[in-house]
Amino acid sequence: MRVKTSWRSERLLPAKDHEACGLFGVMDITGRRFGGEMAINAIKNIKVRGNGLGGGFAVYGLYPEHKDYYALHIMFQNKSVEAKEKVEDFLVEHFNVVYDEEIPTDPQVNLFCPPLVWRYFVAPKKKGEEHSLPDDDYVVSRVMHINTGIEDAYVFSSGKDMGVFKGVGFPEEIAAYFLLDRLYEGYLWTVHSRFPTNTPGWWGGAHPFSILDWTVVHNGEISSYGTNRRFLEMHDYYCTLYTDTEVMAYAVDLLMRRQGLPIEVVAKIFAPPMWDLIEYMEEKEKKLYTALRMVYAPLLINGPFTVIVARHSEMFGLTDRIRLRPITAGAKGNLVFLSSEEAAIRCVCPDLDLAWTPRGGEPVVVRLHSQDHLLSLNQSV
Amino acid sequence: MGNLNVKFGLRDMFLDGVRPVHELAGCVFLNEHRVEIDAQGLKHKELNDLLRKTLLEGITKITVRNVYGQRYIGTRLYRPDPEKKAEITIYRNPGNDLGAFLDGHRIVVYGNAQDGVGNTMDGGEIIVHGRAGDIVAMSMRGGKIMIRDNVGYRAAIHMKEYPGKVPVLVIGGTAQDFFGEYMAGGIVLLLGLNLKENERHKAHYIGTGMHGGVIYLRGRVEEYQLGKEVGVRELDDRDWEIVQRYVGEFSAHFGFSADKILKGKFQKLLPVSKRPYGKIYAY
Repeated sequence: MRVKTSWRSERLLPAKDHEACGLFGVMDITGRRFGGEMAINAIKNIKVRGNGLGGGFAVYGLYPEHKDYYALHIMFQNKSVEAKEKVEDFLVEHFNVVYDEEIPTDPQVNLFCPPLVWRYFVAPKKKGEEHSLPDDDYVVSRVMHINTGIEDAYVFSSGKDMGVFKGVGFPEEIAAYFLLDRLYEGYLWTVHSRFPTNTPGWWGGAHPFSILDWTVVHNGEISSYGTNRRFLEMHDYYCTLYTDTEVMAYAVDLLMRRQGLPIEVVAKIFAPPMWDLIEYMEEKEKKLYTALRMVYAPLLINGPFTVIVARHSEMFGLTDRIRLRPITAGAKGNLVFLSSEEAAIRCVCPDLDLAWTPRGGEPVVVRLHSQDHLLSLNQSV
Repeated sequence: MGNLNVKFGLRDMFLDGVRPVHELAGCVFLNEHRVEIDAQGLKHKELNDLLRKTLLEGITKITVRNVYGQRYIGTRLYRPDPEKKAEITIYRNPGNDLGAFLDGHRIVVYGNAQDGVGNTMDGGEIIVHGRAGDIVAMSMRGGKIMIRDNVGYRAAIHMKEYPGKVPVLVIGGTAQDFFGEYMAGGIVLLLGLNLKENERHKAHYIGTGMHGGVIYLRGRVEEYQLGKEVGVRELDDRDWEIVQRYVGEFSAHFGFSADKILKGKFQKLLPVSKRPYGKIYAY
């Protein structure tokens, strides 16, 4: 393993640690694709919320030329050639690989211990009984196999027409390393600054966390991780990235893709209303929320959190029900923003039409070709 | 995972690359007796260093433009001389902890403020022509904060007061949950001016853990929105005097009609116990 010998700064973090994660998401609800400048500049504005140990971007509408194929972004720890060979043998066996290349990087950007990151555009190659399996399930199980079974190989993202770029460094350094501002466009960008709570900083452990085209960026700490993880294991999701946020990505895949629940309901599973407020609800609502709390108790996400969850054509922002982490939403024309701080939105879009603070536990849902994000205004301030 | 090296060159995001004040002269414009600072691209400490230097040079009228998220504006400006209190006008979007530990100065914001406005503020005034985020007036111990629009969660959390030193917070709009949480002192007015006729306030758990101070709440609120530690009372003459005084000041700042506001229904929220958790934690 290469060990970095010179440090950019000798200064250590102050004894009291002031940072908190920085989140930002922007989406054009007409589906127009745009470059990464807004996401990069916004996350730079809230630099003090990070600490240079993690940064990452998720981009949607990224590979229109290969949009029918699953785009696998796979990292090989320590640039392991052996891991790469194993992965490629595995991929050739289970997929038709239509195109693959190393993800271009800027060698001038000096980062801590970068892995080899490769992208593969693949179509499932099913055999026998597997034909009855939906493509998405097939891909999830193969991704789980790579993550759990092949040493030093981790899948950053595995959706169609989207991708995750992440690593150890400030987000603007990660963006420069992967040339995000120069090479790519998308209609939805999310970005995260800092590193996963309670986790050593490593490239696979940076946010966003992803499965298929789901991505999650998260500020906070999921203290229900153990319960959530065990519940997800019963549904064949295995947590391998040594951090809490991972459960959120698998939980949305389970609830929304496999069980078909809408975001509005999923938000109420993650951040259910308090029992003493349920008591004052109308009979119908009372029944619904009681049922959700009973059936999905192991997926209640406890602890302070703000998340921005995205997939094709939608993103949603959500905080825990007593809002122990901040979120601000903003809108200007066709652009809708979610961010940890209003200033980050204002610095890339000074003349916002709307800026609001959603209620804790109440999602801001941003959808293509819809005005659904305005629904959260009613409950907000 | 075992072979991962987790020793990193940790960097200090607050202090790394901070330029000394003399290199920032390009951002400062002297205009008669008023200094204008262009905060575009300044780090938190750089802007606060400039404010401190300006004030120590004896200039008390300061305008700061292009503020995008710079934190702690107005802190570290201690001046023992009461005539030398500054008047700081801020355009755009000041960052978290605006006016933290504020020492008698006056801050006027044209734009929205973020979280932690007036954190442990000691004296002076903060006037926000816009809205503010969470924990407005946290641990505030003196002075006045007026917010024209709404505020986020936990406004007035653990506000306190001393004999002869009572902080005041006036909010024009409504607030989110845990309004007045653990409040230990001070006067808070929540006016609900942007609520519709007969629409109730949005906050739940109002005054949870409250054990001092008073909240004057204008508009409708249901019993279940209040914390267990809060009682509702009618206003007496002394209360009306207080309400009239601060509604008057508020209206003067933001151009509202005080008479119209005072026509609304006010309720007084008081703590029912000075030690709500005495039975839980005492042994």
